[in-house]
Parts: sequence; C-alpha cells; structure tokens
Amino acid sequence: MIQLSAVKKAFNQGRPNEYWALHGIDLAIEAGRVTALRGPSGSGKTTLLTLIGCLARPTSGRVRLRGEDISGLPERFLTEIRRQTFGFIFQQFNLIKGLSALENVILPAFPTGRPRAELVEKAEILFDQLKLGHRAAAKVEWLSGGEQQRVAIARALINDPAVIIADEPTANLDTALAREFMAILEGFTAAGKTVLLTSHDPLVVESSAVHRVVGMRDGRLVDA
Amino acid sequence: MPRPSALAGVVLGVAALAFAVSLLDAARLSDARQPARDERRALVDKLGLTDLALFTEARYTRHPSQADLHSALQDHPAAFDHFPTGALLAPPPHLTAPYASLAGKTASPD
Amino acid sequence: MHPWLEKQRHLIDFTLAALARRKAKNIGLLAAYALLVFVLASLALFTQALRKEAGFVLAASPEVIVQRMVAGRHDLIPPGYLDKIGRLRGVQKKEGRLWGYYYDPVVSANYTFMARPAEEVASGSIMLGATLARARGLQLGNLISFRSYAGKLFSFKVAALLSPDSELLAADLVLLSEEDFRAFFDYPAGHYTDIALSVANPQEVRNIAAKLANALPDSRPILREEVLRTYQSIFDWREGIVLTVLAGAILAFALLAWDKASGLSAEEKREIGILKAIGWETGDVIRMKLWEGVLVSLSAFLLGFVAAYIHVFYFGAAIFKPVLQGWAVLYPSFTLVPAVDGLQIATLAFFTIFPYSAAVLVPIWRAATTDPDAVMR
Repeated sequence: MIQLSAVKKAFNQGRPNEYWALHGIDLAIEAGRVTALRGPSGSGKTTLLTLIGCLARPTSGRVRLRGEDISGLPERFLTEIRRQTFGFIFQQFNLIKGLSALENVILPAFPTGRPRAELVEKAEILFDQLKLGHRAAAKVEWLSGGEQQRVAIARALINDPAVIIADEPTANLDTALAREFMAILEGFTAAGKTVLLTSHDPLVVESSAVHRVVGMRDGRLVDA
Repeated sequence: MPRPSALAGVVLGVAALAFAVSLLDAARLSDARQPARDERRALVDKLGLTDLALFTEARYTRHPSQADLHSALQDHPAAFDHFPTGALLAPPPHLTAPYASLAGKTASPD
Repeated sequence: MHPWLEKQRHLIDFTLAALARRKAKNIGLLAAYALLVFVLASLALFTQALRKEAGFVLAASPEVIVQRMVAGRHDLIPPGYLDKIGRLRGVQKKEGRLWGYYYDPVVSANYTFMARPAEEVASGSIMLGATLARARGLQLGNLISFRSYAGKLFSFKVAALLSPDSELLAADLVLLSEEDFRAFFDYPAGHYTDIALSVANPQEVRNIAAKLANALPDSRPILREEVLRTYQSIFDWREGIVLTVLAGAILAFALLAWDKASGLSAEEKREIGILKAIGWETGDVIRMKLWEGVLVSLSAFLLGFVAAYIHVFYFGAAIFKPVLQGWAVLYPSFTLVPAVDGLQIATLAFFTIFPYSAAVLVPIWRAATTDPDAVMR
C-alpha cells in the first residue's frame, strides 16, 4: 500500500536550529492491516505520520502510495490525495470549537462539493455506528473526551478513506475508553481499511487488534 | 435549523431586492415629483430668481451668486465668520474675477 | 446542484457558522459598517439631488444680471442706465429689478422683498413664501404690519401664498407692488436694484458680458452659467466639508475593520491548520474567508444604501439637513427629486465592499500557505 525508501526529514534546514527528525526510513505498510509506530516522544513517529499522510513532504527519499511516487507532488495534488485517501485522528482531536458535532464531521467533505443532504446522511450513519447519534447537534466543546474522539473518528471517515492515520489515539483517554477505541479499530480492519497509528500505550501496541508494531528511536527504525 | 447559507441567501436576497426597489422607486419618485419641479422652474422664470433659499441667515448667503463682495469676511477665504454657512461657503469665482484685471496691464495708457 | 455551487454553499455555511460563534460582536460590526455606508450614501444622495435641483430650476433664471458698483460696492442702478444697455445687440429683453432684504425682529429672520408689476400684486397686498407664512402663522387674507427701516409702519393684506412646493426657492420671499416697495424702503424713484437681461442666443452671452463691461465699466455682469457653476461647487464644497468632518469616523472604522478583519487570532490560525490537515486546499480556505468579507460588506452596503435612500427621499435627510443648511431661522421644507447617479453608487459600493474583503484576505493568505502538518506538532 505505502512504501517509504530512504526517507529523511529535516526541520529549519540551513538554519542554526536545523533538526533532523528522520534519518532514512525504509518501510512498507500493508493494506488492510493495523500498523503501530511505537517509540518515545521525539523518536520521529509523528513526523513519519505527516509524511505518509501527505501533510508534509520528505526532505529526501521517496514515499509511494499504491506504487505512485507522491513525495514530489505539488501541494494541490497532495491535498487531494489527503482528502481522498487519508482520514486523520489527531491526538488533540483538533475539532473546531463552536460548531456542532455534525458540522465538524462533514467539514472534510466540503471541498468535494457533495450535496449536504448526502453528507448529513453519511454522518448520521457514522454517528449511529459510533453510538453518538444523540450528540450530533451538540457543540463539540460540550462533549466528553471520549465523545470528542468519536466525533474525530467520524470526521476521519466521512470521505470514506482507504487509510486511517491516528496520532496517539489513546493518549487522552482512560482505560475503558481506550478499550472502546480498540474495538472501533477492529471494526476498521473488518471494513478493509488500512490503519497506521503511533502509540507508546501498551494497551494499544500489545492489543490483538494491532497486526504489526514498528519500533522507532531517534528518527530511525528499531526492532520492536 | 435552516442552513446558514440559505439564511444568508434570504437576507441578501431581500436586501438586494430592497436595493433594486429603491432604484425603481427613484425613477418613479422622479416622475411623480417632476411636475412640482417644473413649477419651481416656472417660478424662477417668472420672478427672475437666481438663487435657492437654502441659507437665509445672512444676505450674502441668501443670494451667494449675487452677493456683495465686501460683505462681512466674505472675500477672504481663510476668514472666520459669525455664521456656520459663511465658514462653509467660498465666494463664487465669478465675483472675484472682475477684479483680476486691476492687477494686470491696462489696454489704454493711464 | 452543480458541485462548484454546492461547494461554495458549504464554504458559506462554514464561514457563517464561524461568524455566529461571536454573534453580538459580528452583528455589532455589521451595524457599524452599515451605519457608515448609511451616512456616506445619505450625504452623496442628498448633495447630488440638491445639485441636480439647482441645475434644473436655475436654468430658467435670467441669462445675465447686471449690478452696478460704486467704490467697489454694490449700488443702485440710476435712471438712464437701462437705456444705455438697450443699445447692445443680442439683448432680447431688459428689465430693472427691485429687491432687497428686510429683517423681521418678530421672528429674527431676514426676508427677501421683491417688487412685482401691479397687475400681479395689487398695492396694499403681498404674496408670501410658504416658509415665512408658517413662521409668522399667516393665512390667506390676514393683515400683517412691517415697520420700515425709516420707522414707519406699513400694513399689507396677504393676497396669496406661494406654493409649498416652491419653498426651496421662495422660502423667505415677500412679493409686493413696485409702488409699495418704493414707499416701504424709501427707494429713490427711477432707481433699480439690478438689471436682468434676456439673451436670445446663448452663444452670445459671453460677448454681451464683454461689451457690457466695456460700455459700462462700473457694471458687474453675472452670467447664468456662473450662477449654475457656483451652485455645483457649493454642494461639492459642502459634501467635502461633511466628508472632512466624517473623515475621523471613517478612519476610526477603517482601523476597527482592519483590526477585526486582518488580525488573526491564534485560535483562527489553528483552525485554518485543521481545515488544511483534513483536506481543504489553500484556495478553499481563502475562498471561505473571501465569502465572509463579501457577505459582510455587501450586506452592509445594501442595508446602508437602502436606509440612506429612505432617509433622504422620504424623511428629507432629517439628520444632515441642519449641517448642510447652516444656521438660519427660516428653514424651507422641501422634498427632493431623487437623482441617483450610477457612477456614484458604483464608487460607494467599490469603496465599501472592496477594502474590507481585501483586508479579510491579507492575513489569511499568509496563514493558509503555511504547512498543514503544523497541527500535528
């Protein structure tokens, strides 16, 4: 599904505070499976996620999505690929405050120009699946942490992406909610989606829902 | 709840309609008020009026086009005045123009 | 619906939902904006209508008025002066006019007295401008006394009131017979205030004025075209003065709008990052903000203009009349004939809609071109 070869990423390149977050990553991510990146903070796993998710471009090296090199594409195309192929669940959820859960969920579909009725219908199906139907009209800041994450998950799914990217999905959840999230994760696999997540939570990386764990440290892959 | 864009559409639509109506109304009102204006023009013609009676506070503002050049402070553009109108009204150029010749050469020997 | 249209609707939905989060603040901004447009549009409509009015009605005034100057002062036209003018070619009609000012201590107002031929106004009676009649509470048939400058009391019967439609021109007019006029002001026989000339060929007016100046060096000809030009510039002037007075308010609003539109809070920046991360293009973010600017400024323009139209043409520009009219006792009441100038509206629309929309875009451009991975850091 996704191949990375010799991917490097530098921040503030050429300036005194230059920092290399990734030092040459070679990795293949299989379709339809859950892959977890494990490593301490600062190990470069989130940076790797941004490169795979087309949020940023590698400084050098190649990222291939379904065999196509996407590392050199202009931003316009990256955005389109991101919208069509990836769904994001951020650590901080990154919901837009002041808007209802429903509005937040359908946001990623706005640039596609799909009719609103269709989007709302799709969002309602997702809300039902995530047992969130009763909270659809509530403003997101009134929701609990678990509910907020489920809104974020619904938002990640609205464009029906092939790949779900989750950054530290259980970091802000208690054990019960984290288990609930893992159950949702199994649902993704059942639906044939590829999942890529970062975590150092044993509950996640040791779970049977995760098929493969990739260890990272100091911007390099290590044996998990 | 209706979509915000629908709401905005209605509000803007109504506002645009009111704008269009105001333009149409301007045309209608012009026609409706034209006879009174024709009457005013007839009065000007009949009485030989030269000015609007807008500023009646002083004689040099009542007939700005006819005013005596030497009325209070009128001939100095920077002069202050007792009346606000005077501070807002410049002397018409044609009232100062006849004096321009006094500064130049004369046609005949003096 | 076409996907492009549907997308624009989505963007509008979002930007309005975002604005609705600070309802009071944004409605306040819209109101202040509309108020500013209202003031500017009122001013433009009012002065434009007055300019048109003056241009239209005064086009019928005499082609040339001849005043006589003595020692640089406006003086009476002596007997025989009229005959000298009569020999000028091209002058169709010449008429000595008798008019003057009278201060009425009862209402502390200045009136304009004007003599009319006896067949129009009989001796002992007068015709009055409607504003004056209202100020003195006079009806048709009433008697009114004026004490002349010489100290004698004269009584007149109100024979007619001039049409209220003509107040703009005749607010303070008192028309009386020539005989009464001369008696009331002790006006020397055979003398006139000034002379009105009718010229058949408008092309000839300038020549005649030049000939007049030559033949009668102590005369001052005032041409109708100069009168018309004076009125155009008077209202330009007044519009300018009010604009100058308003400049402070306009500037203050511009600062407020600029600050509101261009100041991007950390929160907004974060939101733009989120939108980009979840699949919005830079262009989508900018279009979304552009819609905000256009919707706010367009509604402010439309609301402000319509309110100004009603204010000027249905409520007689009640708010600005005092400023534009100055300080008097006799305020004519008049309704203006709407004169809506397309260019004027277009200019106003441009200067209210464009700068705000642009101000909204400037910071967004910068924020929207930052990398979307910022939200992950």
